[in-house]
Order: sequence, then structure tokens, then C-alpha cells
Amino acid sequence: MSASSVSEPHLATKVMISMTHVEKWYGAFKALSDINLSVRQGERIVLCGPSGSGKSTLIRCINHLEAYQKGRIHVGGILLTDASSTINSIRREVGMVFQQFNLFPHLTVMQNCMLAPMRSLGLGKAEAATTARKYLDRVRILEQAEKYPAQLSGGQQQRVAIARALCMRPRVMLFDEPTSALDPEMVKEVLDTMIGLAEDGMTMICVTHEMGFARQVADRVIFMASGSIVEEAPPAQFFSNPTHERTKKFLGDILRKH
Amino acid sequence: MNYTLDFGPVIDALPSLLAGCLGTIGLAIGGMVLAIVIGIGGVILRDSRIRQIRWLVLAFVEIIRNTPFLVQIFFIYFALPLAGLRLDPTPTAIIALGINGGAYAIEIIRGGVQSINRGQIEAGLALGLRKAQVFRLIVLKPALRAIFPSLASQFVLLTLTTSVASAISAYELTSVGQRVESESFRSFEVFGTMTLFYLIISWLLMRVFGMITTRYFSYPVK
Ligand SMILES: Nc1ncnc2c1ncn2[C@@H]1O[C@H](COP(=O)(O)OP(=O)(O)O)[C@@H](O)[C@H]1O
Ligand SMILES: [Mg+2]
Repeated sequence: MSASSVSEPHLATKVMISMTHVEKWYGAFKALSDINLSVRQGERIVLCGPSGSGKSTLIRCINHLEAYQKGRIHVGGILLTDASSTINSIRREVGMVFQQFNLFPHLTVMQNCMLAPMRSLGLGKAEAATTARKYLDRVRILEQAEKYPAQLSGGQQQRVAIARALCMRPRVMLFDEPTSALDPEMVKEVLDTMIGLAEDGMTMICVTHEMGFARQVADRVIFMASGSIVEEAPPAQFFSNPTHERTKKFLGDILRKH
Repeated sequence: MNYTLDFGPVIDALPSLLAGCLGTIGLAIGGMVLAIVIGIGGVILRDSRIRQIRWLVLAFVEIIRNTPFLVQIFFIYFALPLAGLRLDPTPTAIIALGINGGAYAIEIIRGGVQSINRGQIEAGLALGLRKAQVFRLIVLKPALRAIFPSLASQFVLLTLTTSVASAISAYELTSVGQRVESESFRSFEVFGTMTLFYLIISWLLMRVFGMITTRYFSYPVK
């Protein structure tokens, strides 16, 4: 780890997320086993692996959309417990973007972006509106601010969802297959937005099978299978020299599909 | 048939019949407001962390939905005084209508809440909103929108059920009409006029629900 921080000068040494020996069970089914992961401030992680390998579960544990049963998760130095005050303070620092966008259908784009800053951070209306405009502009969708989600294309909705998360000024962004539900012609606009975020130094964990994106922005690619981290490496090494059989097979499948 | 129509007594009684209509509308509005409050509150409590509270809501819904309204209104009218609370017929009728409509509203609104995609709730939680905020700000409106037609027809039913309140002599159209009929013996004319008035009240109510739909629930969906 120290070796890579020398080669990647944009990375601070401050640890933003750490997971140690994390285990997650759904009833009798073990969805995560012995997860150890440390993400430094500004680091971009791409998480990939076959369907059902636990990628969503892993990132959903970080903002406690799923509870974990063993091990420890620290976010920004705070230990993530089951206490709702702790959970809420961590959720205010961690933005999440979902595969299905999950915009609120009864609120305009602008209202979608203002709701949580006002209700969760206690911002005033004017300040929340200024913040919303800033981030809507940043994802280049400000001109749609008064529309409702159903009036936007999938790509536009996902960019709004990114802006909505950014309006909380999070220190970490989690992406769960943000382009998987999109028509192919809309994937690029969302990826470009994410690349822009990465260039601005956002700490990101992205579950995605967009390997071009991984090559371009990831500091590390992590491969999961059956609830475990199987392999992690910088993208160049990950793609050209995967060490594990399952990684090789997975990469082969991905390349055939794309 | 040798019956000659004579609307004279009805026309003479028109002011009190119209006042009866206002009484009916008052009972209906009071009952609906209470039913909405019980409905939304019941939906929240039905998912309470405390098991006894969940059971209480469940028992309430089952009891109300499986007993006649007439019995309920008598029970409240005669049971409340035993508990030291003596209420006039009209407030009693509103409480009975609200309780009865509320039990149905719990089940209807619950259906709407369950129709909301889990992802909506997760998005709200991930933004740092508390569970109660997520319910109030994110779930409630789309849930009400989804079931509003069912809720509206339940409320039309509630409005027509106000006539049962004549059994405890609450002031409303049916009790006024019965009095007019018993004084004039013009049964056909009186009940015919009442039928027309009830139709108009129902129609007005549906207009209001239509306006609420346009005003509050007309955001576009896919
Ligand atoms: N709520 C749940 N209840 C039970 N099992 C679940 C639940 N969510 C996910 N799982 C299981 O956990 C495993 C990992 O799921 P997930 O994290 O969604 O995988 P991925 O995102 O990599 O496709 C899968 O086997 C899935 O069936
Ligand atoms: Mg997944």
C-alpha cells in the first residue's frame, strides 16, 4: 500500500474508509466473509465481480443500508455501529448512487437536490437552492431543474442522482452499477460525469463493469467472488496480469460480452 | 296507480332539508379528516417496533371491518358515557365515522406504502434522512397517489354511511327527511328528494377529489 501512495501523488495518506474482518450474513447465508479494505482519501476504487458476489452488499455496509455482523468499519475515522445517530452522521458524509437512480418522482429535479440538505443538514432554502444549482450545473443539467424525473432520460436522471448526492457535500461517493440500467448511448454521459468527479479528487468506490472507466480512473481494481475479495491491483496490472483463475475467467467473460 | 304527486310539503321543508344536507356534509368532512389521521397513524403504528402496538392496530382493523357500522355507532354512543365522556350525537357520529373509515383507510394506505419501491426509501436513508422523514417526505405522497382512487370511493361510501347516524338522531339529511316524511306522509316525494340530494353530495365530493388529484397528485410518472 505504501508503494502505491508514492506512485500516486494525488492520494493523501489519510484513511477514509477501513473495513477489517467484516462479515455479513443474510440469515444463514454468508454474503461477505473476512473483508479487509482500506481506502485513502482521494482514492478511486473499482469493484467488480460476477453477479451475486457481494459487491452491492459490501458498499451498502459502508453507509449501513445493510448491517454487518462481524469486524469493524470506520468511515472518516468514525466507527460505524448500529446506533442511529452514528449511522446518520456517516450517511451525511457518504453519497450513494444507485443502479435504478431512485429519484423522488413527486419532486422536481431542484427539489430532489434540496430536500436532504434542508432536512438532514438543516440548510436554509436559499442556501440549499444555491448548492443545488451549483451541482446541477456541474453535471450539466441545470436547464432541466424544474422538470420531474419522469420527464428526463435515464442518463439525465442518473446525472441528477449524482448531483443530488453531491449536494450533501459528501467526502465519499459510492456507485452501485450506475450505468447498468442505461441505454448504451447514455452510458458515456454518466461515466464522463464520474470521471470529472474523480479528477476533482473525490474518494470513490464504484461497482461497475465498465472496464474502460476502470483503466482510466481507478487507482485499484478489486475483484470479488463468493463474498470475498479475491484480487486487488492497480488497473494496468489487474487487466494484463491477473493472478487468480477466477479473475482470468471473469475478465474473459467480460471481454466477450463487450 | 292513483298516487298524485305533491311536492308542497317538500318545498315547505326545503330549508330544513338543505340544512340537513349541510349536517351530512359536516359529518362526512369530520369523519374523513379523522379517518385520514387514523389511517396514516395506523399505517405507521402497524409497523411499530413494539409488537403489542402492531397487534393493537391489527385487532382494531379486524374488529371494525367485521362488525356492522350501526352496532359501532350505538356502542360508541352508549359506551362513551359509561367511560365518563358524554358527547352529543353529532360529535359521536363523527368519531364513529372516523373510526370506521380509518380502519379501511389503514388497509388502503398500507397498500400504497407497500407499492413504493424499496429503492426510494434507501435513497432517502442514504441521504441522511431519518426513517420518519423518509416516510413523511418521500413515501407518503406517492403512496397516497397510488391509492387515491380507492380512498376516494371509500370516502364516498363514508359520506353515504352518515345516514346511519340518524339512528342516534345526529343532525343530518336522513333524520331531517324522516321527520318531514312522518309529518307529511309524502314518502315518495321526500325520499325521492333525499335520493337526489345524496346524489348531488356524492357528485360534489367526487369533483373535490378530482380537484385534489389535479392539484396534488398530478406530477408526471413514466
Ligand atoms: N436482502 C437479501 N436477503 C438475502 N440474501 C441477499 C439479500 N441481498 C443480497 N443477497 C444475497 O447476497 C449475495 C450477494 O448479493 P449482492 O451483494 O447483491 O451481489 P452483487 O451486487 O455482487 O451482484 C447474493 O447471493 C444475494 O442473493
Ligand atoms: Mg449488485
